[in-house]
Amino acid sequence: MRFDYAPAPESRSIVTLRDSYGLFIGGEFVDGSSAFKTISPATEEVLAEVTHAGPEDVDRAVAAARQAYERIWSVMPGRERGKYLFRIARLIQERSRELAVLETMDNGKPIRESRDVDIPLAAAHFFYHAGWADKLGYAGFGPSPRPLGVVGQVIPWNFPLLMLAWKIAPALACGNTVVLKPAETTPLTALLFAEICQQADLPPGVVNIVTGDGSTGQALVSHPGIDKVAFTGSTEVGKEIARVCAVSGKRVTLELGGKAANVIFDDAPVDQAVEGIVNGIFFNQGHVCCAGSRLLVQESVADEVLSSLKRRMATLRLGDPLDKNTDVGAINSRAQLDKITDLVSSGDDEGALRWSAPCPLPDRGFWFAPTVFTGVSQAHRIAREEIFGPVLSVLTFRTPAEAVEKANNTPYGLSAGVWTEKGSLILWMASRLRAGVVWANTFNRFDPSSPFGGYKESGFGREGGRHGLEAYLDVLGGGDV
Amino acid sequence: MSHNGWMETGVAQSDASLRRFLHGLPGVDEVGARARADVLASRSIKTDSKRQAIDLAISMIDLTTLEGQDTPGKVRALCGKARQPGYGAPPVAAVCVYPDLVPVAVAAVAGTGIHVASVATSFPSGRAALEVKLADVKSAVAAGADEVDMVIDRGAFLSGRYLLVYDEIVAVKASCGDAHLKVILETGELSTYDNVRRASWLAMLAGADFIKTSTGKVTPAATLPVTLVMLEAVRDFAAAGGRRIGVKPAGGIRTAKDAIRYLVLVNETAGEPWLDPALFRIGASSLLNDLLMQRARMATGRYSGPDYMTVD
Repeated sequence: MRFDYAPAPESRSIVTLRDSYGLFIGGEFVDGSSAFKTISPATEEVLAEVTHAGPEDVDRAVAAARQAYERIWSVMPGRERGKYLFRIARLIQERSRELAVLETMDNGKPIRESRDVDIPLAAAHFFYHAGWADKLGYAGFGPSPRPLGVVGQVIPWNFPLLMLAWKIAPALACGNTVVLKPAETTPLTALLFAEICQQADLPPGVVNIVTGDGSTGQALVSHPGIDKVAFTGSTEVGKEIARVCAVSGKRVTLELGGKAANVIFDDAPVDQAVEGIVNGIFFNQGHVCCAGSRLLVQESVADEVLSSLKRRMATLRLGDPLDKNTDVGAINSRAQLDKITDLVSSGDDEGALRWSAPCPLPDRGFWFAPTVFTGVSQAHRIAREEIFGPVLSVLTFRTPAEAVEKANNTPYGLSAGVWTEKGSLILWMASRLRAGVVWANTFNRFDPSSPFGGYKESGFGREGGRHGLEAYLDVLGGGDV
Repeated sequence: MSHNGWMETGVAQSDASLRRFLHGLPGVDEVGARARADVLASRSIKTDSKRQAIDLAISMIDLTTLEGQDTPGKVRALCGKARQPGYGAPPVAAVCVYPDLVPVAVAAVAGTGIHVASVATSFPSGRAALEVKLADVKSAVAAGADEVDMVIDRGAFLSGRYLLVYDEIVAVKASCGDAHLKVILETGELSTYDNVRRASWLAMLAGADFIKTSTGKVTPAATLPVTLVMLEAVRDFAAAGGRRIGVKPAGGIRTAKDAIRYLVLVNETAGEPWLDPALFRIGASSLLNDLLMQRARMATGRYSGPDYMTVD
């Protein structure tokens, strides 16, 4: 019998959208110079008008952050800072449905993911770092490590609130103040977070949020009043930021692109490995820097794994991101859809074999069906360049050594996955894979206590865990003893 | 093709050959299996699809009473409920009783198309000599049971005597005649999902028509991850050229919400062919009234309360 699921949309009524949003500077929403619109990528409907922060707006934000740093935040005892962070964490939990719906509207990701992954993890990051605020002397960086000052943070559109949490929570816990620029296409949850800061009575200027495009980000990272830059985004922009910071002496951490290998051995738990492949590349439409975009499967089980994968992909439910049963949502923007389409046609041109899940695409909005390429060689663009979309390239290998060689044969090194029932092989692989995170028999699992970051062109610095604190403390200067 | 012909050669010759086969099956990662079951359990089934699912679930119920205190009167009442659940709901798939009450059940559902299932083989422990178990099966079938729910020898399975388990299932199947054989794995005693997968394949190779999770006498009984692993097994068995084998979770499924979660699991694992009482059953007793209550609510927009559902 055919069992279709009736539409089960999450209600939008919990979200109150304003017509326009100002910049969050010094604890208040203020007007800026010009404005732009943010849309829902699933429907192309305009959601709100958002302020574009120019250089003078960034100036104001940095000045507010400097003042808050010097007068309040850097001199406040850690246990007091911790209280604010705990309060913010609880408010994120209390307003989690509102945040999840808004995230899904602005980003296009399925509500199941924003509800079950993004928002709970964002709250978890604040809880985790709240606990560190009064224990920094025990983090291994000296008895009294000092903050760095004012931090400029630029975050991407793939996990808007979660990336904000990854950036703001450790910065604040360590005693820094921040000016954060959310991505141009997904500013709304950051602005709702600004309201949460007000609700938590966070001292004005500790968190400042400036919306805008790349030029705003550029003004922020090159601003002389910034002590440290933290960036998550494309490798191309990351390199530019590294150049800017190198000449100004600013501290910098970069979390950039990836082309992760997900390695399936012939003794892998096949059903869970297939789930791991699906989760690795189709989670968040593949808009994941650590996505398992290269599947390396042992030749002896390649046919079996691929047929299981295609059968599983045929059950993926693509459509309205607000529907609670949607597995694959909308591509975040027209520009990203164009980039995916371009790389996919290069795969066709270079002779790889394309197969897409047979799911109908909605008429409006930006969509791309989950796609897998077989017959891919290391030389193909789709095996080398980050697609940042729901497109998987499948390569095969014969021996563990060949798997390591192929997995490492990329300029990136953010993450990798290993699937085998053999524990010793997991450890053997993990010690040879040049990637910041190696998942064993799972993929795309995150926890605030686990450091995350890349090798090579995937960036430097770690976020999360004790290691992540280092990026926001003056560990080089030695602190005052 | 005989029921186990496609891979009869070699596999079932000794404990060692069976072990090589069963232990050569892909492993089950416990964390991953639970995570998958959790995602499927979060599906939101509303309005028309909920209505459809409720009636489908009712039609898949093996309405069960397996108590020492069962009487002919109790079984007749159960059969009345099976025939006519009430509120215009479809009849259930079968009633499931102990062997000595099979004649009562057969008479009570005669002409309705409702099957009579009998537990057998020294249910629930299975601790008896083979000839006793086979006599148990034969008496149930002779009394008119057209479905037999047997238990495997878990002790033998856990100690690696796979051939003994296999041979017992083959012997029971032979004693069933035309009756369908459901093989109860008692997954609550198998302790790992790897064992659940191996026991599923062992039962299918030996000729099971259905594989069933539990007796209902052991905790935990049916769970979503266990049923997921069993649905994967029947799907893979069919894909490898075997017959379509049914799956029956039993025990602990009490609410309409639970039942619908199982149907989602079937839908997204084994697929549409298994959304049929011929290939999926739910062993339950109190579940039926919750499904009826939900059905009434969907029809009237109001909860009528348990006092309006007959207790039989």
